[in-house]
Amino acid sequence: MAGKESTFKNMVVTLFVITFVASAALGVVYELTKEPIEAAQVAKINNAIKSVVPPFDNNPSAEGYLVAYEKDSLKMYPAKKDGKLVGVAVETYTDKGFAGHISLIVGFLPDGTINDVAIISQHETPGLGDKMEKKKSNFTVQFMGKNPKDFKLMVRKDGGDVDAITASTISSRAFCDAVDRAYNAFMKGGKK
Amino acid sequence: MEYIIIVITAIFVNNVVLSQFLGICPFLGVSSKVETSLGMAGAVTFVMALANLVTYFVFNYILLPLHIGYMQTITFILVIAALVQMVEIILKKVAPALYQALGIFLPLITTNCAVLGIALLAIQKNYNLVESVVFSTATALGFGLALVIFAGLRENLELAEVPREMKGTPIALVTAGILAMAFMGFAGIVK
Amino acid sequence: MNVFKEIVRGVVKENPTFVLLLGMCPTLATTTSAVNGMGMGFATLFVLAMSNMVISMVKDLIPGKVRIPAFIVIIASFVTMVDLSMAAYLPALHAQLGIFIPLIVVNCIVLGRAEAFASKNGVFASFMDGVGIGLGFTLSLTVLGAVREMLGSKAVFGFKFGTGDGMLIFVLAPGAFLALAYLMVLFNKMKRKYFSN
Repeated sequence: MAGKESTFKNMVVTLFVITFVASAALGVVYELTKEPIEAAQVAKINNAIKSVVPPFDNNPSAEGYLVAYEKDSLKMYPAKKDGKLVGVAVETYTDKGFAGHISLIVGFLPDGTINDVAIISQHETPGLGDKMEKKKSNFTVQFMGKNPKDFKLMVRKDGGDVDAITASTISSRAFCDAVDRAYNAFMKGGKK
Repeated sequence: MEYIIIVITAIFVNNVVLSQFLGICPFLGVSSKVETSLGMAGAVTFVMALANLVTYFVFNYILLPLHIGYMQTITFILVIAALVQMVEIILKKVAPALYQALGIFLPLITTNCAVLGIALLAIQKNYNLVESVVFSTATALGFGLALVIFAGLRENLELAEVPREMKGTPIALVTAGILAMAFMGFAGIVK
Repeated sequence: MNVFKEIVRGVVKENPTFVLLLGMCPTLATTTSAVNGMGMGFATLFVLAMSNMVISMVKDLIPGKVRIPAFIVIIASFVTMVDLSMAAYLPALHAQLGIFIPLIVVNCIVLGRAEAFASKNGVFASFMDGVGIGLGFTLSLTVLGAVREMLGSKAVFGFKFGTGDGMLIFVLAPGAFLALAYLMVLFNKMKRKYFSN
């Protein structure tokens, strides 16, 4: 391959020029894509919030706030209609899933009643634990409209009121753990 | 205690090759003999430990403060390429026999997706310096484990009667698939 | 030069997946569905074509000894461009492909073609080489993705044709290895039968 002579000067200059041009080009692309990327992320959160709280007319993701709970903090988003609070979406998680980390978003009514729960990410066993997804089974329906002060967030096997997914006790337990965490944090520090 | 969980998860539950699909090219290419596999595993472990160490500093003390996080890919791969060059030079002086045995596979560690992949993952998971190095070292050990087991299996395959169409890569892939299934059994051992 | 012939070469004779056995990592990891495989393929095609083209344009200006680092910077730049663009305009696919987008930079196909072809040939030929091999890669990934999706999720390109799950093993790790193995056998059988020349 015909190239320039590999003198030290040539090598340094070439690498410098290439890196400079590359960085400049990337800087431009970065600026161009910065806003669309942010917009896409905001849209993702908004869709998640929309799916778990009652209809609202504010911008919950812009009013998100953190609530410290145990050794962590959860992000909460208030949903308002005509200025009145109609629900709060709480991003929660658990690390007790069969395959580890599960992220959920729980929509609470101002009095602590669960409106709905949606999965943000999970890697549970396909065909078993992954039935927690709405499109795979009705597991999450039983949480809707229940208030954790009367509805014990544990699987029946552990003395609670939740019907676990068949043959997926661990995933079900983890799910309850996440919802419980959201409820406790919300009752402790969520703005009602 | 946290570290033990990281280690066990990295080696068994999320094995870098059999579960995350990183490092497949050398996995299929080097694993025909147990000896070369061991040498490769050693070299990769060394590079991965160092790579995570250096990239941690590059990301947190250079890229982030300058708000150029998006230059991650370029800077990390250059760091890795430089590290591999360094390892080559050192090995040539310190262990020339191993250097010869590894041959072309040594520079190819640069393009081993596991090295870059794990460096990027450690950043994504927000690991601190110690966690990051523990993570990459353990992952590399998992790589070595998968590699050596696979090499042992392939050495035996050489002696078996394989249909003509499946000889070579296809039967190796089927074997890898079964090995991956075996490793799936580790899921859930960490509570 | 015959553009059609170049493309056939990239898709059949020198198919990166089934013949050259390159780029295995993304092949196994991103083919859980036809759409994911296709998306990954096109992202790689873009990087292949663009970096081949640019490298061919500057090949006479680069001293031999710093060839590889120079190629890496050029390739990594296009990869980052693809990464940022997908995050902005195709966020769902970007999330699915995850870490394998930046990993295109160490996809042996890209550096391999740069070294083997772009550094020795003209600009248009290098560009077409990138397109041809990229198409071969995209086709392989799409087919593998479709097979795994059909067997594992009873769907193809997102359209379900049965209820419930299929043989889930195929959308998991082991299934990737198995599906690729048998597709490889099939491909090589067909190649020998129809393209022996």
